[in-house]
Amino acid sequence: MTGRLLHPFAWWAWAGALGYAALRTTNILLLGLIIAVSWVVVAARRPDTPWASGYSTFLRLGAFVVILRVLLEIAFGQRLPGTVLFVTPQVTLPTWVAGTSIGGPVTIAALVGAVAAGLQLAALLACVGAANSLTSPARVLRALPTPFYEVGLVVTVGLSFAPLATVGARRVREARRLRGRPDRGLASVRGVAVPVLEGALDQALALAASMDSRGYGRRGSLGVGRRRSAAAATVTAVVLTGAGAYALFGGSAALAPIALLLAALAFGISVVIVRTGAPRTRYRPDPWLAAEWITAIIAAVAAAAFTVAARLDPFGLNPPLVPARIPPLPALATGAVLLSVLPAVLTPAPPPEDSA
Amino acid sequence: MIGFEAVTFTYPGAPAPTLRDIDLEIADGELFLVVGATGQGKTTMLRAVNGLVPHFTGGELRGRVRVDTLTTTSPPREFAAVVGAVGQNPANGFVTDRVEDELAYVMENLGIPAATMRRRVEDTLDLLGITGLRGRSLATLSSGEAQRVAIGSVLTAGPRTLVLDEPTSALDPAAAEDVLAILLRLVDDLGLTVLIAEHRLERVAQYATGAARLDADGRLCFGAAAEILAGSELAPPVVRLGRALGWKPTPVSVREARQRAGDLRERLAGSNPPAPSAPSPGAEVLRLGGVTLRYGTREVLRSVDLRVHEGEIVALMGRNGSGKSTLLATIAGMRPAAAGSVSVLGADPQRADAAERIRRVALVPSDPGWLLYERTVAAECATADREHSLTPGTTRALLDRIAPGVAGDHHPRDLSEGQRLAVALAVVCAPGPPLVLLDEPTRGLDLPAKTRLVATLSELAAAGHAVICATHDVELVAELAHRAVVLADREIVADGAARDVVCHSPVFAPQIAKVLAPLPWLTVDEVLEATA
Repeated sequence: MTGRLLHPFAWWAWAGALGYAALRTTNILLLGLIIAVSWVVVAARRPDTPWASGYSTFLRLGAFVVILRVLLEIAFGQRLPGTVLFVTPQVTLPTWVAGTSIGGPVTIAALVGAVAAGLQLAALLACVGAANSLTSPARVLRALPTPFYEVGLVVTVGLSFAPLATVGARRVREARRLRGRPDRGLASVRGVAVPVLEGALDQALALAASMDSRGYGRRGSLGVGRRRSAAAATVTAVVLTGAGAYALFGGSAALAPIALLLAALAFGISVVIVRTGAPRTRYRPDPWLAAEWITAIIAAVAAAAFTVAARLDPFGLNPPLVPARIPPLPALATGAVLLSVLPAVLTPAPPPEDSA
Repeated sequence: MIGFEAVTFTYPGAPAPTLRDIDLEIADGELFLVVGATGQGKTTMLRAVNGLVPHFTGGELRGRVRVDTLTTTSPPREFAAVVGAVGQNPANGFVTDRVEDELAYVMENLGIPAATMRRRVEDTLDLLGITGLRGRSLATLSSGEAQRVAIGSVLTAGPRTLVLDEPTSALDPAAAEDVLAILLRLVDDLGLTVLIAEHRLERVAQYATGAARLDADGRLCFGAAAEILAGSELAPPVVRLGRALGWKPTPVSVREARQRAGDLRERLAGSNPPAPSAPSPGAEVLRLGGVTLRYGTREVLRSVDLRVHEGEIVALMGRNGSGKSTLLATIAGMRPAAAGSVSVLGADPQRADAAERIRRVALVPSDPGWLLYERTVAAECATADREHSLTPGTTRALLDRIAPGVAGDHHPRDLSEGQRLAVALAVVCAPGPPLVLLDEPTRGLDLPAKTRLVATLSELAAAGHAVICATHDVELVAELAHRAVVLADREIVADGAARDVVCHSPVFAPQIAKVLAPLPWLTVDEVLEATA
């Protein structure tokens, strides 16, 4: 067998760095570049498995978000100054809803702003979709340590939900055609969505039951007291991680390292407690070799470069909408995004599917 | 080994208990069979053995279930080393991506050292005869292979007890034999205790050392397999034959019945089974000319010719993955043929518009629930009437003929398998399509539901519909089909009167044909009619 799959955490680190970049910029060109990079890497390193086909679904969802954002802007958006493209009929609202308007002149600046906001979300979706199709949910779960039992279960159900729903949707659409009903368009949404969601949820639950029957999250000889303290440490770790992530992306970035450090500490405590009572072993663990290091380092460098770029050149990353003009391509940020395309060639190719 | 002590279990919000006052002791080394109609708690009982009931499902469990030293106060994950549990659809329970990793998964959770893990993975691959599958992706396995890998994935933990929910129901006859052979080996050679629930009793009854029957009120009676089956309306054909002819003790295996059937064979030797009930061929409904089908890049059928006429019931047989479902989907106009022509009443259903297509051909997929979207059965029937511009009430009337007494206010998901199939069949047959296709209709059906299905399809055929049924169920073919078509290696390898095709096949012959071989009798009813 030639080729191997990269460690899932390496791909998640890579996707995380790209997603972080997408959150720090509203520059249309940079956002487009981020999506393009994710596409190139997925095309190069996606294994030939069912869960790998979800990427295009995420892209379509992204396109939908952009269109929706633009339509909302045209209907309700702020009336920015600048070149007016067209005028929609305006509704005069009573004064107590000041600040909201319906219709009116639509400027280039307003449209560009809407596209940028939509594109930011689309780029984020592309990063999540890329990580989703480059790593299998099963491998992520294997790599998660035992104390995260409940969390791990939720993650598995969550991560396997999208691919299951994709397969289910195909089946349900075929069944609808068997009854001569439309399988596309708005009319079909309720008819397709309900059985697909139910079916995918049933399957995800069957998966959880099977994992539980096979000893996942076993506490072994652990006493009640230590079990509780391990659970408490785990919950603390999860809460602190959430707070850290919020601080990191939400603004008060200074607090993030402290929160994440505490989270790692709490997590370490719970691992140690559980290890002593219910050891868990690995059968041929996913190795962490040079390619994983390279990918992780690229991710770290790209994220750091983006942070620096945001400091040095705030207008390059978040170009002003007025006056409307083609945004610049700031060198450092562009370099950071382009660097992230390297895993497409620097990582080993996925193994070919042997279906013999 | 396994003990149920005064066990009563009620699902949350259920008006009555699913299991009531169950006392049962299953000894070490038994192959124990649980029988019962669908929805009567077989799965619930099996899941109670390793604590999935009540820890995973909720609900109230009184009494105690005990395996070795563990009782149900422990959650399922603590049972992993003691009980190996395989669910109904093994593919849904796969956690990893590759066969080898799947076998190792439970051992990783138990903290078994890496060297031991490697040895046990090798042993298990050998024991189950799946060494060739080691590096395969789980997504590419056939259902028979998946079932064997699922058994392997719990065996590596070294449990003394195995619990399997319908291990052979979805398998073709040959794959089912493989799985049963493995289970027998585990019981006979390794002394494991195996607890099975199964609808296809004709496949497993002969191997069972003990059996229990769950009744509608949630009570259980148990004893020797022959005794329990003899008293059950779910009995497989040899048991029914032995019971009807008053053979004591009641035979459970083909071998036992054959030993008793010497006289019967002599008496029947002179007479012929009733002339094939196939109708005089009516007008041609379906014509396939040189049809080639691809699934992905794989060719599943090459240049197949087939004609089906009004009033015919055709059984489509073949291994899992031989292209039966793909062929049905193509005939229904769901997917294009790679080459060749498909014609239903002279037109290609693929090209017809939706309304025209469903007036010509109806397909019930292997999970009939996929066809149903409304919140109640009544709404489902009303929608079908409206969509096909039928007189309101037509679909409901058809449903009442197929399965009387399906409550209109039930959600389709809450119906039994048999009722759900009936609703799906009524909904697609309401506009009266001349061609009706069914994919594995008996999966999950108990015997009474199967008997009703046979009656319904026979009526449809008598009314001039052509019926094509893809199935692994040889007993269904014996009861129902006029004609049998066998697919193998991308071709039709047999096409003829059902009796000729299945009677002398070691794989497809129904039990009665094996008991009376070389005489060409297929069903209990035929034999009883001739000897009456």
